[in-house]
Amino acid sequence: MSSHEYTPSSKFGKWFNDRLPLLTLGKHLTDYPTPKNLNYWWTFGGILTFCLITQIVTGLILAMHYVAHADLAFGSVEHIMRNVNYGWLIRYVHANGASMFFLAVYIHIFRSLYYGSYKSPREIIWILGMIIYILMMAAAFMGYVLPWGQMSFWGATVITNLFSAIPLVGESIVTWLWGGYSVDNPTLTRFFSLHYLIPFLILGLVVLHIWALHVPGNNNPIGIDLKKPSKDTVPFHPYIVIKDLFALLIFLIVFAFFVFYSPNILGHADNYIEANPMVTPAHIVPEWYLLPFYAILRSVPDKLLGVIAMFGALFILVILPWLDTSKTRSAIFRPLYKQFYWFLVADVLILGYVGAMPAEGIYLLVARVATAYYFAHFLIILPILSRKEKVLDVPLSITEPVLGGAVSASAVRQKKDKL
Amino acid sequence: MSEKKVKRREFIFTATYAVGAVGVGATIWPLIDQMNPDASVKALASTEVDISNVEKGQSITVLWRGKPVFIRRRTEEEIAKAKDVNLDELKHPEKDEDRAKDPEWLVMLGVCTHLGCVPLGDKGEYGGWFCPCHGSHYDTSGRIRKGPAPTNMEVPKYEFVNSNTIKIG
Repeated sequence: MSSHEYTPSSKFGKWFNDRLPLLTLGKHLTDYPTPKNLNYWWTFGGILTFCLITQIVTGLILAMHYVAHADLAFGSVEHIMRNVNYGWLIRYVHANGASMFFLAVYIHIFRSLYYGSYKSPREIIWILGMIIYILMMAAAFMGYVLPWGQMSFWGATVITNLFSAIPLVGESIVTWLWGGYSVDNPTLTRFFSLHYLIPFLILGLVVLHIWALHVPGNNNPIGIDLKKPSKDTVPFHPYIVIKDLFALLIFLIVFAFFVFYSPNILGHADNYIEANPMVTPAHIVPEWYLLPFYAILRSVPDKLLGVIAMFGALFILVILPWLDTSKTRSAIFRPLYKQFYWFLVADVLILGYVGAMPAEGIYLLVARVATAYYFAHFLIILPILSRKEKVLDVPLSITEPVLGGAVSASAVRQKKDKL
Repeated sequence: MSEKKVKRREFIFTATYAVGAVGVGATIWPLIDQMNPDASVKALASTEVDISNVEKGQSITVLWRGKPVFIRRRTEEEIAKAKDVNLDELKHPEKDEDRAKDPEWLVMLGVCTHLGCVPLGDKGEYGGWFCPCHGSHYDTSGRIRKGPAPTNMEVPKYEFVNSNTIKIG
């Protein structure tokens, strides 16, 4: 990257840039050499940035009208819905925006898994991403508590009680989290405070995530290292900017569909009943984006081990770069990994489905098998594949297979057979 | 530099770090402890309940420290069922006598020891309570018999003020 040699054309620009090199940064971002074969799965970074900003802006506005008090919170949310000008719109964008954020982040994560974007030299980008993901779940959970409906209250009760599984200090930790002997007003006010804080932590981590990305540059569908800039790269602006914007537009259609046509379909009717500490709803379910982990929690019959399994399912992702040590990044050139990748996708979807069902009978059995497979994928299958899998020949550059007439993986394989 | 001087300097460094760590800890503690139950929460420590209207086989639920407390006037049959259990079968062995001072009255926190939901009465495979969240079954003494909950439902501190009133807490 030669952008540090950049000199602004105007005299003022030069004066300013010498004191604070913001223009150099801008130049770096526009010129940033990007692989020319990035597909639409690579547009979700931009979409996620949009989601974060949307949540911060709508959240800021909601906080102007919301009252964080156990007696007033539920009413203030209805006040936003009925009285505040466009309050319904802003709240529905914020509530569905959380789901859209998770939809985008799951696609973004599974893209990394498919194309091996977590591998050397991008481990730190991956770990930062996982921390962002965990913070997103914390923010979403606390945000869901704020309307103080039945699901808010009992969701908060169940999730905070997870910590009571810790031996010896568990109960004290839960009392400390609650600020009392049950989920109550002190819990609500601190969740509001933290819910306000976390998005800004995420914003800071996103800056680090992108910074770390700009050191090695983007991975790409064929997962090879590129010379930058070269025939294989294009400048970020306008090529990637316009592609990202187009993808964002399509994404916004889906977003708008939920906001305007079925704003409550992803929520639970029980949350329109005010919190009642005396009655637990018949069927407590977390929001859809937490269901796979909820299924893992419930599939283990022991309280402490269930909690360990649930957090373990997250932590195992953090250490993924050291579990899958295959030098070949992209699944395109890993015929076996590609199959197991789709098994994992199916496994997570199954976990999500059984997480929404009652924990009994066939659902419990399926949840147990799927949980076992989830851990087996990371702890057994990936390390074995890293050693045993016969990978296909990887092209030396993005242009090589095009000019050589070999576009698909099978074509590369045929070429190899001929040689 | 002589060896003696180096040792002296290292000692000063270590001492400085130690004093600094204590100072940081003492400064951070109020920031952490403020989240523990405050004086107003602690002040609501006990509650008195009128039980004169509860018939045999009925139960009432009252709120104590933000949590539901089940007060059940058990039938002879339920008491017999609770006493007639081999303690070896129990996940958390407790005699019924140790849980109900007066066998007719069972007082316990209506909170599932798994993840804190409120179990439903007159349900489950043991004729006691059933937690709808993750499927824990409790018997007529509130003891865990089946499911993920680790312990029996907790019996709070309580006393009979007179034959019509129970004081919880």
